[in-house]
Amino acid sequence: MRLQLSPELEAFREEMRTFFTTQVSREIRDTIAARRDLSKEQYVEAMRTLNAAGLAVPHWPVEWGGRGWTPLQMHIWREEMQLACVPEPLPFNASMIGPVIAAFGDQEQKERFLPRTANIDIWWCQGFSEPDAGSDLASLRTTAVRDGDDWVVNGQKTWTTLGQHADWIFCLVRTDPTAEKKQRGISLLVFPMDSAGVTLRPIQLIDGGHEVNEVFFEDVRVPAENLIGEENRGWDYAKFLLGNERVGIARIGSSKRLLAQAKAYAQEVTVGGRPLAEEPRMADRIAELENELLALELTALRVVAHSADGKPHPASSVLKLRGSELQQDITELVVDIAGPLSLSSFADGGSEVPDWARVATPEYLNYRKVSIYGGSNEVQRTIIAGTILGL
Amino acid sequence: MDFTFDSEQNDLREAVRGLLDRAYGDSEQRRRVTAIDPGFDEKTWSRLAEMGLLGLPFAEEHGGMGAGPFEVAIVAEEIGRVLAPEPYVEAVVLAGGLVAAAGTDAQRAEVLAGIAEGTTLAAAAHAEPGTRWSPSAAAVTATQDGGAWTLTGVKEPVLNGARADVLVVSARLTGDGGPGGTALFLVRGDAAGLSRTGYRTHDGGRAATVRFDGAPAELLGEDAADRTAEIERVLATARIAYAHEAIGSMDTALRTTAEYLKTRKQFGVTLNRFQALTFRAADMYVSLELARSTALWASMVADAGGDVVSAADRARLQTSRAGRHIGKEAIQLHGGIGVTAEYTVGHHTSRLTAIDHVLGDGDWALSRLAADVIGHETVDPLGAPYTG
Repeated sequence: MRLQLSPELEAFREEMRTFFTTQVSREIRDTIAARRDLSKEQYVEAMRTLNAAGLAVPHWPVEWGGRGWTPLQMHIWREEMQLACVPEPLPFNASMIGPVIAAFGDQEQKERFLPRTANIDIWWCQGFSEPDAGSDLASLRTTAVRDGDDWVVNGQKTWTTLGQHADWIFCLVRTDPTAEKKQRGISLLVFPMDSAGVTLRPIQLIDGGHEVNEVFFEDVRVPAENLIGEENRGWDYAKFLLGNERVGIARIGSSKRLLAQAKAYAQEVTVGGRPLAEEPRMADRIAELENELLALELTALRVVAHSADGKPHPASSVLKLRGSELQQDITELVVDIAGPLSLSSFADGGSEVPDWARVATPEYLNYRKVSIYGGSNEVQRTIIAGTILGL
Repeated sequence: MDFTFDSEQNDLREAVRGLLDRAYGDSEQRRRVTAIDPGFDEKTWSRLAEMGLLGLPFAEEHGGMGAGPFEVAIVAEEIGRVLAPEPYVEAVVLAGGLVAAAGTDAQRAEVLAGIAEGTTLAAAAHAEPGTRWSPSAAAVTATQDGGAWTLTGVKEPVLNGARADVLVVSARLTGDGGPGGTALFLVRGDAAGLSRTGYRTHDGGRAATVRFDGAPAELLGEDAADRTAEIERVLATARIAYAHEAIGSMDTALRTTAEYLKTRKQFGVTLNRFQALTFRAADMYVSLELARSTALWASMVADAGGDVVSAADRARLQTSRAGRHIGKEAIQLHGGIGVTAEYTVGHHTSRLTAIDHVLGDGDWALSRLAADVIGHETVDPLGAPYTG
């Protein structure tokens, strides 16, 4: 049992902090700090800055740009990045399809995709969920039928995040409708978004933004060499991918940063001539969230220290569950600090309302998503009850 | 940063668990022991002494083992796991800790050695009726006449106050020109002017009303100095130990509940077929693990010489919230049997409720943390050493 980081890790943390706060463009970090959406160009610039320094895909195999770091180093890397308001490498590239191709793709696919994925020369999007396949993903109905050297894809995907920026899609498709278990007849295909027969339709969200999309496939022809891994093993790859997705999904560094910002906001707003932050109920609420966040961070450190064998610690479900709840609680706190100012979401240049108060409610509404994506919190409770408690 | 116990610490846990399982593996044994005074088993207490556990945190020259907060944490957690009624945190960490913090070398050598050997049961007489969780004394006053000190006033509740061989008493210093503040004193169980009335507490323990009516007392330390800061630190150390005891208890409450859900049948199926119940058990697990992380961290802060008072408040808040959540849900998920004295789970809830109120509850800890919340931007748990 020891509190401090080793001198080597302390130096590592300092190195990360210095890089993120000096080498990533100020404008991009200010956009994140202001909690505004990044443009496609900003995403790409940030990820390329990281990739040039070997910091975009440290968890990949070393021969494809990985760093061979320990889980604790990965944790420090991620936390420092979030604290410095650096956008994380695009998750569809860095955490999802990249590791799957590295683990299950053939050599030709690795050479073809991995360098371009790490450098975001290809912007990937995810074709998993369907209108009738949400938490029950294995009931997906998009089909791929073999025709000569091609697969012919028909069906529909939904919740495709930032699909409007994407060059390629990785897509779960049903290749064996006769399989006894529905999980056994699924394969993983990749293809360009500008393939003939692909149509993208934006979905407007309650925050007024355009973040997710529906994607329709009508007789899309995909060359056979674009099937990743083995035919009908797609479900295994999806589970592998979603396991990676859960790591880091707690976004503790981001929550710490937002809570620190909330403290500053609560000092800007006055009640009866005194800062709102000094009102006992408000101070209690902030202090309680801060303690919950500390408990979560410590649990994350326990988990990363015990997942060295590559398998996620079962308590990682706790991280997703509580991490998402705290993200939501803190965005809710910011709306409450803004009070009536929180109504001015779409005020323009002439408004007296500070920028942080304008983005508060859209962000709060948008963040309802975090307890739904990446395996809804009900799925996480099912995992905890089943896998950990044996219920 | 390392959250693992070393092999010696794991051996210690195995040894303590073995001893306590023999004593209280059968929960009926605990009911028998707590039914009669002094509310714990003197033989088990002696065995804890023989194993060196009652002197764990004291320096070797004072008859102790010179161990750190992790060893104390292990013992406290094992105590909590089986709800052993022996007053480990109360006598060793709290009463012994006050003597270690304020006593002269001679006083430490005498009293701490007696605690370590199991021949002296010490009790901290600090709480006063009508106030709560203060590090200083108000109603009990200390007066010096010539070289001799006497105490006057009432302490209550004093845990194990009736059985104690020696009381470690906080008292307000009176007299013109004195230093003021709160000093610490030893009062022997047979002192004149001391009267004690013991009673049961709801968790099976014992407490007492302790009245001092000009009772002769021995000042702890050379000078009549204000000991408030030392008392605050010892209370913090005890809060951390209680956090670990609570973790042990919550862990058993959750495991017992999960086992019950797998075996109890209603409507023709076992209860774990009802998602409304299994989801609540999953939430209990979340509360437990978050509290466990915080308790372990607070012990690390103590070990590293960091801000133990603030770390203890953080552990207190987290274990208070978790203890209430798990304690209440453990009973509800059991149904009626959870409220019966024959079954263990309700006793865990009772003990968790007691721990929650001895040295400060969650809201109390929160208000202390809230008073300083604007003073720092973020909390960095890896800070070396952590400063609130």
